Amino acid sequence: MARVFQKPKSMTSAHTHYCPGCTHGIVHRLIAETIDELGIQDRTVGIAPVGCAVLAYHYFDCDFQEAAHGRAPAMATGIKRVRPDLLVFTYQGDGDLASIGMGEIIHAANRGEKFTAIFVNNTVYGMTGGQMAPTTMPNQKTTTSPAGRDVTNCGMPIKIAELISALQTPAYVTRQTVIKPKYIIKAKKAIRKAFEYQMAGTCFSLVEIVSTCPTNWGKTPLESIKWTETDLLPYYQLGDCKTPDA
Amino acid sequence: MAKVLMKGNEAIGEAAIRAGCLNYFGYPITPQSEIAEYLSRRMPEVNGMFLQAESEVAASYMIFGASAAGERVFTTSSSPGISLMSEAISYCAAAQCPAVFVNIMRGGPGLGGILPSQGDYFQATKGGGHGDYHLLVMAPNSVQEAVEMVMKAFPLAEKYRNPVIILGDGLIGQMMEPVEFPDHLVSTPSDKSSWATSGMATRKSTQRNLVRSLFLVGNSLEDNNRCLKAKYDQMKKEEIQCADYNIDTDYEALIVSYGTMSRVCRTAIDILKKEGIEVGMIRPQTLFPYPDAIVQKAAWKPSCRVVTSMELSMGQMVEDVERVVQGRRPVTWFGIAGGIVPAPEEIVDEMKRVLHAHQS
Amino acid sequence: MQMDMMFTGFGGQGILMMGKIIALAALKEGKEVAWVPSYGPEMRGGTAYCTVVIGDEPIGSPIIQNPMNLVAMNQPSMEKFSQLVKPGGMILKNSSLVPVSSHRTDLTEYEIAANEIANDLGTVKVTNVVALGAFIECSGIFSLDLIRDILNQELSKKPALLDINLQAIERGKSACVSI
Repeated sequence: MARVFQKPKSMTSAHTHYCPGCTHGIVHRLIAETIDELGIQDRTVGIAPVGCAVLAYHYFDCDFQEAAHGRAPAMATGIKRVRPDLLVFTYQGDGDLASIGMGEIIHAANRGEKFTAIFVNNTVYGMTGGQMAPTTMPNQKTTTSPAGRDVTNCGMPIKIAELISALQTPAYVTRQTVIKPKYIIKAKKAIRKAFEYQMAGTCFSLVEIVSTCPTNWGKTPLESIKWTETDLLPYYQLGDCKTPDA
Repeated sequence: MAKVLMKGNEAIGEAAIRAGCLNYFGYPITPQSEIAEYLSRRMPEVNGMFLQAESEVAASYMIFGASAAGERVFTTSSSPGISLMSEAISYCAAAQCPAVFVNIMRGGPGLGGILPSQGDYFQATKGGGHGDYHLLVMAPNSVQEAVEMVMKAFPLAEKYRNPVIILGDGLIGQMMEPVEFPDHLVSTPSDKSSWATSGMATRKSTQRNLVRSLFLVGNSLEDNNRCLKAKYDQMKKEEIQCADYNIDTDYEALIVSYGTMSRVCRTAIDILKKEGIEVGMIRPQTLFPYPDAIVQKAAWKPSCRVVTSMELSMGQMVEDVERVVQGRRPVTWFGIAGGIVPAPEEIVDEMKRVLHAHQS
Repeated sequence: MQMDMMFTGFGGQGILMMGKIIALAALKEGKEVAWVPSYGPEMRGGTAYCTVVIGDEPIGSPIIQNPMNLVAMNQPSMEKFSQLVKPGGMILKNSSLVPVSSHRTDLTEYEIAANEIANDLGTVKVTNVVALGAFIECSGIFSLDLIRDILNQELSKKPALLDINLQAIERGKSACVSI
């Protein structure tokens, strides 16, 4: 019988620790499939963040480093500058990249470091228990904004893809989601494009992926998908924000 | 090779290159910015890599990332910058990544000043960042010694898979002295294929490597910390470096001093000798591991009535001196921490005062 | 034997370079030497100074608070440093910018009209080298030939500047007067 579906070679057989309805697993798989397709497993180095994906290296079968909170882009810079031949990606959440690590991501992008940042935006700090992030929506309730995010007090949610796109250095910056098959296909293409730009030495690339966190949102997986579509996507609009040739 | 006249900062940059380290990430801060300036023009000449990071925080994580990928790397900074790097230094120690840090100390705390100081002794020898770790700490007292220590630092960092820090002060960085770069200190990078994330293809392996510092399961954190402890114990056996001065006499007092301050003390000891007063000196060249046994033996010499720790700080190393002297001799401290390097005459006066206060 | 000296003036007068040339000469003679600059905000147009210690043995303290020899290239440095010179020491002042004397009777004072001579040579930029010529004359520290060698070596990449610097050192040496 023909095998029509299997685990990507670049994934281990470990079971993930992610909650039901969380989209980290899908994003992991898309990255692993891309690594397989491009045949780069043996020269890829991933960098795990601090956040829910801190243990991502249990699931990817390639070299991995574990960063301090927010510092993955600096570590990726370190690797690429001394080993430009390696394929390097950071895997970061919104607390990690958009808050404590804002300085590192902006400057890495602005220098045009030739690595790929996979930025999973689920609008909360997941691992620490659902605290407010810079990406938390107006009036969204979190454990540190129990009455909902007050934008007069905390400002509006940061649109990272647009922010990075404002830099003058050429880059590939896109926003995707993985809440439905039609989005997953596009997200996969975007991740592949980002890696291809890196392999060609073209530019820095950042793929923001609007994701779900049913546990900390207090929603079922289905409600989470629905809320993403009705509330997140109108604000975090999908599509390419910047391409290196534009 | 003929000696050349070089500023300490530039000599430190050149020493790293001669030692075979062609990767530098850094961030400017007085009084060590000349290191980055020098390397920004020198690295391209040797096909090396120079990058000015956006902050000391970023620079130190670039060091961590590059080291974890298996390459020789180093960075330099001064006290407030080292505070910012201390987080990454803790991660490097935990993940057992070799790297060389240079701290050209300036006065603190806070923004402090830009003049010479030894106020980071505690930071370098007792921690700095969080958690159970140590750095191998070397403290030069001349430009030549700074060169040699930088060159030795790389193989030592690799031997122990642990960060090494060179603790200089503003004077070592700013001063020009004749230097040579000894050929015998040139070293080849060690084989890192068993642990570095250099890419599986690079090391012709199908086994991935992980560089991490999070140990959640069972006794894994305890095991890692015991592994680190074993390395620090080995350093104490194998890496102590120490110099002495006027130690073969029946000295009445012993000075313990390191770095720039030890040079002032040397001149003071010469002056005292002319006046008929013998004072010996132990100069730790490694501050961690500390030369416990050597300081103790010198302090306990029958002729020695008192031991004085001479520092450009408000009394930091004196705690180690007290620890090893174990109360068998009075231990005093003399220090200046406002950025002023004292004149030898001030040391002379202090030693006379101390000897008078501790009559036989 | 150890010898120490302090070169003082304002930032931009080439004070640090004067010390460096002496330090290079010491190195060439096989001596031990330490050159220590003032650094930091003082570099930005304020008072600048450097000390040079030369000896046959490794240099102990490179910090000299009371030098045997002082070169004062401007009046504020004369005022600030002349009282620090050790008794029996020597002061060389740039009389172009330092009209006052140290009022010290326990040392020897020399002067050189360094700015005028440099202007006469065509550029004020060699003022420091003129004064350096005067310093080797009144201190007797190194031969003119040795300093010429150092200038040749340091200016090998800027041959256009070499000639005027060599003239400057000689004019300074011959124009130095005791007061």
